[in-house]
Amino acid sequence: MAPLLELRGMTKRFPGVLANDHIDLTLEPGEIHALLGENGAGKTTLMNILYGLYHPDEGEILVRGNPVKINNSAEAIALGIGMVHQHFMLIPPFTVAENVMLGAETLQKGVFLDRASVSKRIRQISGEYNLQVDPGAYVKNLSVGAQQRVEIMKILYRLSDILILDEPTAVLTPQEVQDLFKVIRGLAERDVSIIFISHKLKEVMEIADRITVLRNGRTIGTTRPAETNPAALARMMVGREVILTVDKKPATPTEPVLQVENLQVLDDRKQLAVDGVSFEVHAGEILGIAGVQGNGQTELVEALTGLRAIAGGHTRILGKETTRATPRQILETGVAHVPEDRQRDGLVLSYPIADNLVLNSYYLPPFASGVMMHERAILATAADLVHQFDVRTPSTQALASTLSGGNQQKVIVAREFSRPIKLLIASQPTRGLDVGSIEYIHQRVVDKRDQNCAVLLVSPELDEIMSLSDRIAVMYRGKIMDIVQANQVTREQLGLLMAGVKERMKDEK
Amino acid sequence: MTNSVPVEESKKNATPPRLSVWRAILNTLAVPVLALFSALVLSAFFILISDPVILNAYKNFFTDPGHALALSWQVIANAYGSLFTGALGDPATMANALRVYFATGETKDLLVAFWPLSESLVTSTPYIFGGLAVALGFRCGLFNIGAEGQIFIGAIVAAFVGYSVPGLPWIIHMPLTFLAGAVGGAVWGGIAGFLKARTGAHEVINTMMLNYIAFRLADYLVNGPMKRGGAAGNIPISRDILDSATFPAFFPDPIRFHMGFFVALLIAVLVYVFLWKTTLGFEIRTVGANPRAARYAGISVNRNFVLAMALSGALAAMAGAGEVMGVNHNFAAAFSPGYGFDSIALALMGGSHPLGVVLSALLFGTLRSGATKMQSIASVPIDIISIVQAFVIMFIAAPAIIRWIYRLKAEGGVQVILARGWGG
Repeated sequence: MAPLLELRGMTKRFPGVLANDHIDLTLEPGEIHALLGENGAGKTTLMNILYGLYHPDEGEILVRGNPVKINNSAEAIALGIGMVHQHFMLIPPFTVAENVMLGAETLQKGVFLDRASVSKRIRQISGEYNLQVDPGAYVKNLSVGAQQRVEIMKILYRLSDILILDEPTAVLTPQEVQDLFKVIRGLAERDVSIIFISHKLKEVMEIADRITVLRNGRTIGTTRPAETNPAALARMMVGREVILTVDKKPATPTEPVLQVENLQVLDDRKQLAVDGVSFEVHAGEILGIAGVQGNGQTELVEALTGLRAIAGGHTRILGKETTRATPRQILETGVAHVPEDRQRDGLVLSYPIADNLVLNSYYLPPFASGVMMHERAILATAADLVHQFDVRTPSTQALASTLSGGNQQKVIVAREFSRPIKLLIASQPTRGLDVGSIEYIHQRVVDKRDQNCAVLLVSPELDEIMSLSDRIAVMYRGKIMDIVQANQVTREQLGLLMAGVKERMKDEK
Repeated sequence: MTNSVPVEESKKNATPPRLSVWRAILNTLAVPVLALFSALVLSAFFILISDPVILNAYKNFFTDPGHALALSWQVIANAYGSLFTGALGDPATMANALRVYFATGETKDLLVAFWPLSESLVTSTPYIFGGLAVALGFRCGLFNIGAEGQIFIGAIVAAFVGYSVPGLPWIIHMPLTFLAGAVGGAVWGGIAGFLKARTGAHEVINTMMLNYIAFRLADYLVNGPMKRGGAAGNIPISRDILDSATFPAFFPDPIRFHMGFFVALLIAVLVYVFLWKTTLGFEIRTVGANPRAARYAGISVNRNFVLAMALSGALAAMAGAGEVMGVNHNFAAAFSPGYGFDSIALALMGGSHPLGVVLSALLFGTLRSGATKMQSIASVPIDIISIVQAFVIMFIAAPAIIRWIYRLKAEGGVQVILARGWGG
């Protein structure tokens, strides 16, 4: 049987960059094909060509054996190609049915929207593909996993049989990821083909039938999970050996740097998000806060960095009371904060990289004396930091928006790590990053710990917590379930704590 | 660890440096220039439909199209022609006057010939201040539509200090008067900034309401405690300011060109230095660019709101003070033809940058100044300039329209789409 989709020799050039270099890809009916690669490898460019957003400079696309030209997304949809983007394109105040029919509205009596037949069709597809979706629900009330199912429904509704998913698991909890995989397998059984773009090696190994690895715009190879392993895939993605686990010496913690006592913090809806939390972080150790996102970790970090008012309890940094301190005072005490949303909170994307590198120290010498800023000193320091932290950019004057996600995170890390800090608070420091960048950031965090800095790491990625932390605290519904030594706990035990089950672990040892 | 990925990943710009500077300038100028051009073209339509003779001619369009079209062209040419000569002067008259001057030393013709050009500069002066005011607000993410009220406050305070402090030498009295006006505007703008910082109240509402308070306050003062009275009777006009508080003119009557123009240019330079070379300016711009990241970096967003609004108010007030000190030498009711509101368009057109603001202000001042002649010679209502302005704002606010009409390439090209990305 001819492949459902074939890309031959796809080439796309942008000024100064060869984004896709004669890429070949085939897709069989009912196949789950993973597209793996670092930031900048060319995956999104290739998919944008397939979806009609870019025109290729060279190469052919064959759909069901026929050569086609895809000039815009309407033509792609007409050919049966659908794309679910990483950032959903749904309208929250509308219902699911309204979102699904947007752009393909069915009418009754010529002018009026025919919601009933749309809902009927949605339920039909739901049953056929086992895709749980309620046509009458309002999108703004749906969980992220449910919203993703609505995006998939949009595509199936238009009779697509080629589904492109761009980093679909980036926003899902572990349970939701498994639900998504069930849906994907169901679709494949019904001969829908799926292209699954991802960085996550373990997931790709779990779900894909075949894996194609891109690097620098070229196909490096196509393989099957049975014939490979995460380390081999990582080597193909990056071009060299990648260390997937962090090599670290045992910790030698000294005096406490951060002391949190009975902390209570309210969230935006005035509910108690942090409910009487106490812990300490010592110099020279990494305390990891594990837990599914949404259990108070965000509010905890905001309270510790002065961005959110503290309703009860105390925080102390290096012995100084910081419960009522402003963000600037806390920064000046020697605290570094790597925020969980780097583009919204950590950088000013419209500023040059150099300005971003002095975003919290622009008023200090040598960058300023009094009120006047010293541009030359800023540029010199920027050039130095960009070199030291390996930020890939043609110039320190380039805007931060031109950097890839990994390089943006490196700018934040460069900024924070080059200050004289005693406490590092890192929130999801490797979110959305590729394997090479993750390896880099993890190593720098461990280096800081070895320089006798105290590190508080907050992450929903259990692998990251387990490989980096010396001690692990699990948060559930605003409370700390337990604090354990990292080398004395198993993944299953942590999973139970994250789900709120507090066993008598100590008896079982 | 380093250099595991070859260098071609970095975007090497193929164009040589000098060429790309020109290209950058052309790119920045393209939209505003084409916006103005399109605005003039569209306003021509309004010129036509406001002229009864033209409307009459079009009634017979199908029997005599040539007549209607020829007449239309004549009217538009006449209108924009008188706009040009009203704004900048008639080249022939100017050349003639120069010849006379070099031959005989007679300056009378010279003054008359160059009067339109000088008037344009005089009209541009308050626009420069106003545009800077709104631009600085925009840089902090604040929409200061209270510029008009702040102009009134600046004018009133300057007039008061100008006529009520005798015995000071000019070198002291003049800056004192100007700064007094600025401080008045700083307080007026600062109120809105303070309200936003304290309560989160939107500055658009507050500055608008403060406008009305300023207008009524000015009315009250100039009809009451500050009224000149005497021979002027009940006319709402204040006493003249003392000579020691004026911006002197450089040339004899009728040329009104005064020192305020150079003060405005100096202030524009200072605003540039403030915003891009000082820590305070850095904070203001960061709050405007990304208030969340500013907070995370330790910058006090509230403090900067107050500072930006106060400075914005001060700049706007300078427009009022400048008019009092350089043109009218007193305060009269309704002395401003809406400088504050026009300044919003100016700031937009100038991209909220001091250089852009100065250029846009010169343009607007020139247009306004020429419009009066357009009204007297070509009988075109002066409001046509407001229509031109409205179209300009519209096109600047939706640059995609201009780009689509003139088939311009999108800003930054495809590079931006490539570099930003979820996965490459």
